[in-house]
Amino acid sequence: MSKHYIVEVIGKQMLLPGIFRFEIKSRDISQTALPGQFLEIKCSDCIDTILRRPISISGVDRENGTVEFIFQARGKATRQLAEKGEGSKLDILGPLGKGFTIPDRSAKAAIVGGGIGIFPLLFLGSELNKPNLDVFLGFRTLENALLIDEFRERAQNLIVSTDDGSMGHHGVITDILEKKAMESGYDMIFACGPQPMLRKVKEAACSLQIPCEISVEERMACGVGACLGCAIKLIDGEQWKYGHVCKDGPVFNTRNVELE
Amino acid sequence: MSVINTEVNIAGIRMKNPVMVSSGTFGYGREYADYIDIGRLGAIVTKGTSAEPWSGNKPPRTCETPGGMMNAIGLQNPGIKSFIVNDLPWLRTFDTRVIVNIVGKTIEEYVAVASELRDADIDGIELNLSCPNVKAGCVAFGTSYAGVKEVTQRVREVCSKPLIVKLTPNVTSIEEPAKGAEDAGADAISLINTLLAMSIDVHSRKPVLANNTGGLSGPCVKPVAVRMVWQAAMAVNIPVIGMGGIVTGEDAVEFLLAGASAVSVGTANFMEPEAAVNIIDGIEDYMWKYGFTSLEQLIGKLELN
Repeated sequence: MSKHYIVEVIGKQMLLPGIFRFEIKSRDISQTALPGQFLEIKCSDCIDTILRRPISISGVDRENGTVEFIFQARGKATRQLAEKGEGSKLDILGPLGKGFTIPDRSAKAAIVGGGIGIFPLLFLGSELNKPNLDVFLGFRTLENALLIDEFRERAQNLIVSTDDGSMGHHGVITDILEKKAMESGYDMIFACGPQPMLRKVKEAACSLQIPCEISVEERMACGVGACLGCAIKLIDGEQWKYGHVCKDGPVFNTRNVELE
Repeated sequence: MSVINTEVNIAGIRMKNPVMVSSGTFGYGREYADYIDIGRLGAIVTKGTSAEPWSGNKPPRTCETPGGMMNAIGLQNPGIKSFIVNDLPWLRTFDTRVIVNIVGKTIEEYVAVASELRDADIDGIELNLSCPNVKAGCVAFGTSYAGVKEVTQRVREVCSKPLIVKLTPNVTSIEEPAKGAEDAGADAISLINTLLAMSIDVHSRKPVLANNTGGLSGPCVKPVAVRMVWQAAMAVNIPVIGMGGIVTGEDAVEFLLAGASAVSVGTANFMEPEAAVNIIDGIEDYMWKYGFTSLEQLIGKLELN
């Protein structure tokens, strides 16, 4: 089935300067999307920025047939996307890629997010069992912190840290995760954020022997597995081979992926 | 009103229309089968495939540039044996022509892939002498008359199927390699492959691509491609397959007028998964608009100023 849709933007909100939340109408995507999957969005009709941009899904409303995504307007294409408003039409492919594995409701889970990596985790948080979910969010400073209330609604415990101590704990979120994980004994860890954070989460999960899934980023062209652009090293026994973030991921079990 | 006939015969490959999809932009077809009716394509040209599996280059492998993109995939592919077993039977279920793009680091490797394909159910081979992103082979053979002639001759010896030679634009004169292919017995030539390019991240002061350089493609290369197709078509008597930045039916018509007998769609597939089909429709729209009933009325019919 084709996953190519023209959809309408029905809601737009600026969460922080340069960070936008769009809500779009798409019954099909709202019914089929899994946390961790992404959309390939055509940001402009102008031939200057020719490639679509992969943007993760941050939530769905299956009843009303809507889907939301949050993105930072960072480059030429995403800045053009940010200029669209309610009523605009968007040309998208999706939902694409492999999402997170949703564990049993009895499983104790931890979500770890850093910076703008927290957006796909919001959708994941909605699908997990609140009494068994702890959420760890790390930001650079208070000014970068966002979605705090929404994560709090989804979690039993919410722990926030900032690099400069302006909000929550002072320090890196992975240190707190490690301590809590030793006490609480999670059955599963999910993470998305900057590469150094993911490496630390991987190490922690590995040493505590907790299954861990991470969502990673790489430059993409096609988004569907044809161009082989978004290569990532996948562990294959004693060796490795290049897999592709768009099709084999963007969610990977940390056992199977090498983070450089 | 007469009926429009878009059939074309290239190098003995009869296609229902002149639109192919370019090597490296369409995998082995599976990724796009959900989006378009593969049976509408004139032909599929597969991902460049080598004798043994290749792992490809380090990431980042792609980046966008104004009006285009760069890539340095490094011809990652599962090898010809895997293709024949895992992909070819599936591709054969569609009513389209299957052309296998072959790559190698040495002449022997090219010959080895072509030999593996001797008994395979394919419609033709495209000999890739033009990938700028692998250190040995490929483009190293593709820039001179003698280099192209030598590899083409050796592959010709083991290939009884239609043989297309894909040329690089990274040369001073396209006529030389084009003639090399023709003199070695190629049935057709295709061009252009990507233009050797570089993009620099000024913040890190490093090239964006891990490979440092990459191949430029997309709408921004089209005028270069049209010029080279025009020059090549004048230089040889075998058919020319034109490509480089085709996004619309009218883009494709430019190449036909310049002398291409067929066209191929590459980067546009990443922009719109249905691009190739839209281009087929766009060519027909153009023909209706101007009253053309067959492609012969268009091919090479450029009127110079």
